Amino acid sequence: MLVPLVLVISFIAFCLVRVAPGGPFDKERAPASPDIERNLKAKYHLDDPLWKQYLRFIGIGYEGGLIRGDFGPSLKYRNHSVNDIIAQGLPVSLLLGLVSFGFSLGVGIPIGIWTALRRGRWQDHLGSFISILAVCIPAFVLGPILIVLVGIKWPIFPVGLWGGPWHVILPAVTLGTYFAGKVARLTREGMSQAMQQDFITTARAKGVSEKSIVFRHALREGILPVVTYSGPLLADLMVGSFVVENLFQIPGVGVFLVNSSINRDYTMVVGLVILYSVLLLTLNLVVDVIYGVLDKRVNYG
Amino acid sequence: MGCSTSGSIMAEVTSNNTQSIELGESLNRRAWLRFRQNLPAMVASVFLISLIVIAICWPFVSGLGNQHSDAQFHAPSAQYWFGTDVHGRDLFGRVLAGARISLLVGLVGALVSLVIGVFWGATAGLLGGNWDNWMMRTVDILYSLPSIIFVIVIITTLEGLIQGWVESIFGGDGSETARHILLYAGLGAVSWLTMARIVRGQVLALREQQFVEASRSLGLGTWPILWRHILPNVFGVVIVYLTLTLPAVVLYESFLSYLGLGIQPPHASLGSLIAEGAAQINPVRVYWWMILFPAGGLAALLMALNFIGDGLRDVFDPKSTKES
Repeated sequence: MLVPLVLVISFIAFCLVRVAPGGPFDKERAPASPDIERNLKAKYHLDDPLWKQYLRFIGIGYEGGLIRGDFGPSLKYRNHSVNDIIAQGLPVSLLLGLVSFGFSLGVGIPIGIWTALRRGRWQDHLGSFISILAVCIPAFVLGPILIVLVGIKWPIFPVGLWGGPWHVILPAVTLGTYFAGKVARLTREGMSQAMQQDFITTARAKGVSEKSIVFRHALREGILPVVTYSGPLLADLMVGSFVVENLFQIPGVGVFLVNSSINRDYTMVVGLVILYSVLLLTLNLVVDVIYGVLDKRVNYG
Repeated sequence: MGCSTSGSIMAEVTSNNTQSIELGESLNRRAWLRFRQNLPAMVASVFLISLIVIAICWPFVSGLGNQHSDAQFHAPSAQYWFGTDVHGRDLFGRVLAGARISLLVGLVGALVSLVIGVFWGATAGLLGGNWDNWMMRTVDILYSLPSIIFVIVIITTLEGLIQGWVESIFGGDGSETARHILLYAGLGAVSWLTMARIVRGQVLALREQQFVEASRSLGLGTWPILWRHILPNVFGVVIVYLTLTLPAVVLYESFLSYLGLGIQPPHASLGSLIAEGAAQINPVRVYWWMILFPAGGLAALLMALNFIGDGLRDVFDPKSTKES
């Protein structure tokens, strides 16, 4: 399933960047003489017919190519291949995403459980208000405010640059707050429904302690909405990372997508689109498997 | 709606017993009565309506306008309520203008998603079988793709193309129109998936009902049944999910504008205003109003839209779980 899908995506992305007017060498510093431009085009095989270029990119009948995991050379950063740039940026982006995901689960799930257990009381109203507030504050709103407050006014956290665990915290909180709110809302719904089920009454009747009821019996079912929603959640997390990387000057991959798309860096755009698609498709697969483990009723027969 | 017919029958039955209860309350009226009891949703509605009215009227009332002036980086004062920006423009007016554009893009984008989603979902639900299977499988696949990345690529690549078309048809500078068209289409194209799923579910349930069977036995074709009998019944749920799509589209729009891919200066959207504010951050002096007011405006707008959407959902679609 994954392989044909990636081929289709690569084809669409490849066509999209090519129909755009302008080319990768339009904004060169020296006004390129026609000869230079022709040579550049020849070097990167941009003067071939499109179908030949696509086959070369995929790697059918040529060396390298997508099927061998090679995205080709970048047309803008000419000393680097797209693979180099991804290899440099991806670990940084992944670390940022992972820490923010952990933050949003670590904050969101407890708030969700707490508000579900205190449903209708003031703790519920307070918690629900906080989580809806968090959902309405996207990263590019929270980021500048956090920078001004804890970066400049009270310099607790370093702003910008990358290195050391201390630098991860502020970007991760910026990125994760929105998702913490979402997770809290989903957990509250799931837990409230789970707590009304018959098996909870049974457990109570058998004299299971309240703590064990919540964490061992109800949570297993109450967490399912969060798991279902983590696919779109991860996609949004990815999108948020563009903003946060831009805001905190983090050397990740997200920064390159917007720039290379404007600069018509054909290979780079297609490479990044494929990278993100594969990443997200894989993560969704993992989510499906986790769902199956948690909910035994689901059968992938 | 099945609910409304049973309600009116009940009203008829009771009116036979007691003459006093003559009014069969319509579904819409009952919905309104229940919505009115939801305090956050009511406050949000009042806020949103007044914001729209003020945002539309403000350019005619204010004497400050959108001109550049010498009053660069003025802190908030009696004259400039929200302070001024780098060109000495009144930030209050800019934030209102930004809210207006954000709402406009949100509304049109959500409507585009409505058209696509209803069409897709209703067709899949009505045709059923293999068609249904493949169409919904496509939705599943699209769900697991980073669609906003495609929007970014589409906006940056197709902009020149669309601009050329607009200029050749209408003449003049087409860059702004092109951006708007791309924003509407792009944002609508990534937001229709949930709508399609919901509509399909509704249609699947409705098409088994007897009134559909009756119209089919009278010889009505698939499309007239869909158009005249099924879609009107889906309307309520569609409106609910339209209001829930709105904040999502507004959020995406401000996100794109923040990255410089949305509304272009001199026009403002809330996202581009936040970007302008963030660009002025430096350790020496902080122009806090340039971040705080656009950011607060966006947060308040999103919150109001969310509260209204949640309130409408509780009223029209009480059985549904949240966040589907």
